[in-house]
Amino acid sequence: MKLSEIVEKLQLEVMCGRESLDQEIERGFAGDLMSDVIANARPKDIWVTMQVHMNVVAITGMKETGAVVFTQGRIPLPETLRKAENEDAVLLGTGLTAFELVGRLYRLGITG
Amino acid sequence: MLSRYKMDLHNHTCLSPCGDAGMIPQNILRAAVEKGIGVIGITDHNSVENVSAVKRAAEDFDISVIGGMEVTTQEEIHVLVFFDDDKGLLDFQELIYANLHGSNRPEYFGNQWVVDFEGGVLDLNPRLLIGAVTIGIREVEREAHLRGGLVIAAHADKTAFSIISQLGFIPPDVALDAVELSPFFRTDGNESWVKELPAVTFSDAHYLQEIGRAWIEAYVGAPTAAELKLALGGEKGRRFTACC
Repeated sequence: MKLSEIVEKLQLEVMCGRESLDQEIERGFAGDLMSDVIANARPKDIWVTMQVHMNVVAITGMKETGAVVFTQGRIPLPETLRKAENEDAVLLGTGLTAFELVGRLYRLGITG
Repeated sequence: MLSRYKMDLHNHTCLSPCGDAGMIPQNILRAAVEKGIGVIGITDHNSVENVSAVKRAAEDFDISVIGGMEVTTQEEIHVLVFFDDDKGLLDFQELIYANLHGSNRPEYFGNQWVVDFEGGVLDLNPRLLIGAVTIGIREVEREAHLRGGLVIAAHADKTAFSIISQLGFIPPDVALDAVELSPFFRTDGNESWVKELPAVTFSDAHYLQEIGRAWIEAYVGAPTAAELKLALGGEKGRRFTACC
């Protein structure tokens, strides 16, 4: 499914990377421990997390995940946004909990 | 006889992937001396490999150095550990490296320069220093103490990589010597963990201009981790006050 379609259907806030929404998302990964994400996330995953620090951007670049979604209305730190802008990362936000968001993604056909 | 020392013990060098390239020994010491710091701690992520260079450089400055590192535990808690002797430092380093897996990707995380006392590049550390070790906070605390170390939970008030953000509370069986608070921490009076442990403030500098933005004043017999431990516990007349 196109990332832009996911953003529209789940009404996600686009915090960074609006020009990169025209990409296919195949699967998803949820995780707040960076070591877990480094070990287990895959390219083109949509990554669901409540962590908003700068390392999230470095890891999404390294793992080539398609986008990051911050849950529960968490606002990225200013340095996180700056780094994301420099590195063309896609940062999205939602007020939903991870559980709720992952459920809705699954209903759209995005599996683990 | 006790003397008063202004200590800023949480500082990164160019070895930390997130540390600025300008954080080389002489620059760090010059900046610290300008801020009136008498004892500086060197705490790179999961590595002590620039400690000896800073100690060597300090021979030309009026400042003491305490070597240590900022460990990232399995729970992704940042913990500061300090050792007075090289054996403790190197021994603990060996334990950490044996439990730290993966390779650095400088294009994402930054370069990890190992330097000499003049800032000349000796090596690029290839390990994933930003990563977490595969041993938890209890074991890190125990192993550091076994080697005569001082153990302080880093920036305990922060919402990432702190013992509070990762565990929710400080487990009673983790024998911390103190908690560190961020330079800009303001209490709302509800943080019970602040009252239960000695609270110190250090700068967590990644850039030269951040050195000395937070510190403690310690009244101790010598500028060492062992003496600071006494001060944290209020033992043998040693004591300390935090700047903020």
